[in-house]
Amino acid sequence: MNIFVLMKRTFDTEEKIVINNGKVNEEGAEFIINPYDEYAIEEAIQVRDKVGGEVTVVTVGNEDAEKELRTALAMGCDKAVLINLEDDVEESDQFTTAKVLAEYLKDKEPHLILAGNVAIDGGSGQVGPRVAELLGIPYVTTITKLDINGDKATVVRDVEGDEEVIEASLPLLVTAQQGLNEPRYPSLPGIMKAKKKPLDEVELDDLDLDEDDVVAKTKTVEIFLPPKKEAGKILQGELTDQVKELVTLLRTEAKVI
Amino acid sequence: MTRKVISLAEIRDGSLRNVSLEAIAAAKTIAQGGEVVAVLVGESVQSHANELIAHGADRVVVVEHAQLKAYTPDGYGQALMAVVEAEKPEGIVFGHTALGKDLSPKLATKLNAGLVSDVVAIEEKDGELLFTRPIYSGKAFEKKVVNDGLIFITVRPNNIPALSRDDARTGEVTTLSVDIKDLRTIVKEIVRKTAEGVDLSEAKVIVAGGRGVKSEDGFKPLQELADVLGGAVGASRGACDAGYCDYSLQIGQTGKVVTPDLYIACGISGAIQHLAGMSNSKVIVAINKDPEANIFKVADYGIVGDLFEVVPLLTEEFKKLKVHS
Repeated sequence: MNIFVLMKRTFDTEEKIVINNGKVNEEGAEFIINPYDEYAIEEAIQVRDKVGGEVTVVTVGNEDAEKELRTALAMGCDKAVLINLEDDVEESDQFTTAKVLAEYLKDKEPHLILAGNVAIDGGSGQVGPRVAELLGIPYVTTITKLDINGDKATVVRDVEGDEEVIEASLPLLVTAQQGLNEPRYPSLPGIMKAKKKPLDEVELDDLDLDEDDVVAKTKTVEIFLPPKKEAGKILQGELTDQVKELVTLLRTEAKVI
Repeated sequence: MTRKVISLAEIRDGSLRNVSLEAIAAAKTIAQGGEVVAVLVGESVQSHANELIAHGADRVVVVEHAQLKAYTPDGYGQALMAVVEAEKPEGIVFGHTALGKDLSPKLATKLNAGLVSDVVAIEEKDGELLFTRPIYSGKAFEKKVVNDGLIFITVRPNNIPALSRDDARTGEVTTLSVDIKDLRTIVKEIVRKTAEGVDLSEAKVIVAGGRGVKSEDGFKPLQELADVLGGAVGASRGACDAGYCDYSLQIGQTGKVVTPDLYIACGISGAIQHLAGMSNSKVIVAINKDPEANIFKVADYGIVGDLFEVVPLLTEEFKKLKVHS
């Protein structure tokens, strides 16, 4: 089976956000594989181990993403592809990323494409469904279970806490929700092997795309931090009195009850 | 510049979702005096049309079909494409719900359009519309503009206030007949796991538990407090990882991002990744044994104490309040 994983490199969840000159400061920050994409990678490896085939992990970004691609290879992916837009594209959005990914995938005959349901940085959740639509294949988002049987897939989808059991045929794109699996840590032999696995770099030219084809549809004009919260009021006294005071404050001062 | 804007209405448990009314308000802002057309999609949904008009829609288009009973991207995609072809809108607004998140990228791609998702505020500046949305799960915000063409956004529940109901408003309700076919994903079964009524992302009050809850049973007093307040129960990653509750309750950078009116954090230490998911709530109450816990830094009100003592007392106090009012 020809399996692809769409991966994004993101800030570590424990990182604080600092803004310099209108941009998020990336200097010194820890980067990780987007946590939802880790579930996608793990699931892809499990499917391959069950039904055979090959897992290719693909990312759109710059050279810095090679580290995360190597991590994915160390987890067990077979090949990695970096679509490097750094020299060609100044401003991109989800339209850009999806267009580039779809263009790369269209002649690769994927049977199954997996992605995280959302990236924890931009948080749009658009790229997976956009890629499926551009490739003309069906998709199921926020999945918590995947069973492949021949060219059929049975999927459990998380819908705001409820579950839908969905049937679909391959080729199919799915996006991973938390709970799908427990992503493995790369093993030491895995890390050694990963160094020898193929990591290809592709640019816009290689995809028969012009800059004009991928011009972003939206633009960020400002980035700002939420207003800093003043330290709140820690209540004092007997516990029963504190509780009474809290209820009064919520009614009269905060006016939320 | 006036625009014609359509907004998609969603129904949950037989009622219109509040975010669908908020979407109408957002559509009005984008329309700048132009027409706002609400769209109802489903098997039998027309009865909700008047409520949409009362909340600001100028017109309602109803698309009904047996194949639209359960949501599928193909079925709803075909329905919405038919509406777009008939109405030729210059703006589209969905709620940023499971359905909205799933369908909007597909429709935007079909329409070769951009999409600004998870919008929490809209403002006009020098004739341009700026859309504010959280990034890094609320650790920061960005303002986005649409370069040209269709303005397509999804709005986060609980942020853009709905217009108040005015039953004197009138508007035309029309049906659009659509052929729904070739569904490539089939919903075989829907398993209800959440409590009837209050969804975490739309809840006005959330009572959340962390590691301090200590067990699955430990969530019971939190549920009782949530019930009294008409709210929902959430959890930190610590509580989910420990197996005290389902991952669907998780609030944080991995998990749900929520902005209720009142967030009561019980036994939650306040890791950065949790704060990202809830620190933009309007009012935050923290209950924790550890006076040094990080959660107190973002809390408006804090009680240092054992949640198993404090939460039942709170429930009792709120019950008394209900009896008196």
